[in-house]
Amino acid sequence: MSTTNKPIKTDARPGRTLAILAFVLFALLGAVFIQGATAVRLGLDLRGGTSVTLQPRIAPGENGKVSNEAIDQAVSIIRQRVNSLGVAESEVTAQGSGLNRQIVISVPGDTGRRVVELVGQTAELRFRQVLAETNGTPNPADTSTAATPVPGVAPDVNARYAKLDCSIAANRQGTGSDVATAPVVACSRTGGNKYILAPAEVLGREVSKASAGIDTQGGSAWYVSLVFNGEGTKAFGALTARVTSLASPRNQVAIVLDGLVVSAPRINEAIPSGNAQITGSFTQLEATDLANVLKYGALPLAFDRGEVQQISPTLGSDQLRAGLLAGALGLFLVLLYSLLYYRGLGLVTIGSLLIAGSLTYLLFLLLGKWIGFTLTLAGIAGAIVSIGITADSFIVYFERIRDEVREGRSLRSAVETGWTRARRTIIVADFVSIIASVLLYFFAVGGVRGFAFTLGLTTLVDLIVVFTFTKPIVTILAKLNFYSSGHVLSGLSGKSLGTISNAKEA
Amino acid sequence: MSSRSSLGGRLYRGETSVDFIGKRRRWYGISGLLIIASIGALSIQGLHLGIEFKGGSSYIVTKAGVSVADAQSAVTSVGITGETIIQKIGSQKVRIQTGAVTSAQSNAIQDALASKLGVSVDSIDTQIVGPSWGKEITRKALYGLFGFLLVVMLYLAMAFEPKMAIAAIVAVIHDVFITVGIYALVGFDVTPATVIGFLTILGYSLYDTVVVFDKVRENTRTITATSKSTYSQAANLAVNQTLVRSFNTSLIALLPVGSILFVGAGLLGAGTLKDLSLALFIGLATGTYSSIFIATPILAVLREREPAMQALAKRVGARSGASVVATQSSSIQGGATTAVKERRGPRNQPKRKGRK
Repeated sequence: MSTTNKPIKTDARPGRTLAILAFVLFALLGAVFIQGATAVRLGLDLRGGTSVTLQPRIAPGENGKVSNEAIDQAVSIIRQRVNSLGVAESEVTAQGSGLNRQIVISVPGDTGRRVVELVGQTAELRFRQVLAETNGTPNPADTSTAATPVPGVAPDVNARYAKLDCSIAANRQGTGSDVATAPVVACSRTGGNKYILAPAEVLGREVSKASAGIDTQGGSAWYVSLVFNGEGTKAFGALTARVTSLASPRNQVAIVLDGLVVSAPRINEAIPSGNAQITGSFTQLEATDLANVLKYGALPLAFDRGEVQQISPTLGSDQLRAGLLAGALGLFLVLLYSLLYYRGLGLVTIGSLLIAGSLTYLLFLLLGKWIGFTLTLAGIAGAIVSIGITADSFIVYFERIRDEVREGRSLRSAVETGWTRARRTIIVADFVSIIASVLLYFFAVGGVRGFAFTLGLTTLVDLIVVFTFTKPIVTILAKLNFYSSGHVLSGLSGKSLGTISNAKEA
Repeated sequence: MSSRSSLGGRLYRGETSVDFIGKRRRWYGISGLLIIASIGALSIQGLHLGIEFKGGSSYIVTKAGVSVADAQSAVTSVGITGETIIQKIGSQKVRIQTGAVTSAQSNAIQDALASKLGVSVDSIDTQIVGPSWGKEITRKALYGLFGFLLVVMLYLAMAFEPKMAIAAIVAVIHDVFITVGIYALVGFDVTPATVIGFLTILGYSLYDTVVVFDKVRENTRTITATSKSTYSQAANLAVNQTLVRSFNTSLIALLPVGSILFVGAGLLGAGTLKDLSLALFIGLATGTYSSIFIATPILAVLREREPAMQALAKRVGARSGASVVATQSSSIQGGATTAVKERRGPRNQPKRKGRK
């Protein structure tokens, strides 16, 4: 925190610092090739696609019931729906924290309206009696299922059942469009089985508790126990009493979430008490998952569509082109100005910006691989703005060197004294920039977040480059006659400093 | 170019000097007027908020020879009432903005636009923002602004002196008012991108102030020992010495921002790039102004109130004949007359110990 006038510690080994930088650059380059991260991941605004931001809406009076887990459950339901679209690189992420999280869905390409409709529906958990069950994939050779309609079921339902192929991803998307009061055909979550299901008799909100447990006596089997509320107890009691004596598969009750059968346990006895146990060959994970579905699938958690953005690939590529053009133009102007004003020192600026540029590009590539960083239009803007901020660090340093020379120091000592003073300014200033980006990152939503991210990243890169490239290079250059003699093109001539006499001393 | 370099040399040695601190009332006056104008514009016209803040939908149709009238008739046919803005962007694009719509209405608008204008539904660039979302965004933006000011003030108070932090923050608030005022006055759209650009500028304005204050601190470190100049004089020299640097850093920062603005507004018409860079552009200009004309004079006034600095001013005055007294009299007296009541306050006394 204190800039002192102590004798200047000269960095005697600028070459070593440069070598370390070169090593780091090559290491990053190597990582890029090993990881196969050859292209920067572009955001939807640069290549076209649809993004939907959902906000959990908590029904009035249900405040206490919505928990983090409930939102996690909702995210996984939505993820399941989006994945079923089968579009590569679709993403479902939760942003923010706690109950105030937003769910951001992004799907590249021309899927527009389908995505919007798909993710907007509320998932509800329902209990339905199984009317028919068979293998999920129709076997073309075996016409028996199609040929034998299930009795007591409307012909159109039968026809849909016969056609349903659960091996197709689209059929496992869980539309949530199943009407509670009508019979439906549905796939199991894995697609292994398909079902005809009776109208729902018990709803998820009638489950009051569910948990996974292990039966230590009966051979360490995992089970799920669930407790119904008053209404649920009555309805579930009636349902179980009716189906338990029927022949398979009609003695099964399917637990349906979002139009998909999560589990279809057989009812062994009438359960009038409202306390039920589902047993089977569960693993711990399966039992916990099922318990979670029962617990949270029931919640009255709906989503408001906060923002829907649909960008056509044409606009995407226009924006990408505009962003790159603005970057090239900005870079060119900065370089031109540096050269005109700082002459020989301007070359240092060019070199430093090139290093900063390649470092940033490599980081973009790698972060895309490691943390799924995508470059958006706002991100490009952040990177362009940072050209100025990076160049500013050099100016702060160069002006310091000139000040020191004006004080009558030799160039070689001015380079070092100037550095100790400029260093502090650069660190403080960059730190303010980094604080700004971190705060912006947390307060911004959606696309503009990219701006904060790249701005912060490039400010870090700036610090690295100033310390490991600009300073050592200037130290080396200061030993060259061209600079130390104050050549008219070096940017350090007596004329450009306004101190003819001082420059001669140097 | 080199003439400015040698100007830098003269400024550095104090041969050429602009009296930023002595004439501070003039700058305060200018800024005061601008701020009053800003508040006036804000209360009369208000800000032109984008659909992201108030909810609504926006559609961009890209097609050669597309006309506003066609788009208008498409929207009317769907029966969307209320505020609709239809603009032509460039020669091939038309943008339709409506108030809050349901998703069914939005689909209907898309379909109508597609059939009337002869494009496919998927090629229409659409943005729909729910009304509650707008509130959320506004809340976040305000949190961001206050959180930012608080954290930065704390950081600067730690990295520099508390009074420098106060002066820097006053300058930043000054920038906030003037930038917002310009937006209200001209009626530029305020979108989340604008807010982000704006917050960035607050950071940048501080960057500029940091550079100046660093030099102020260096110049004033030993003034009480040498009694050669008052705090105000030393600070004024610092501003003059960093003038070239401030000019260069601002210009260099402005070049890329200007390029984004040029390309964003020129090629794309509207959107993130334009909103971001316009806020950056306006903010950069006011930020540079405030760090030279507002932040440093405020700092000087705050410090001149300290008894140690008052004593120093007296010593300097006594020591160096009439001419120096004449040039600095305005600043010293100005500081003394405004500060004479507060400076005896207990808060000022202990702070000066251990800090020079």
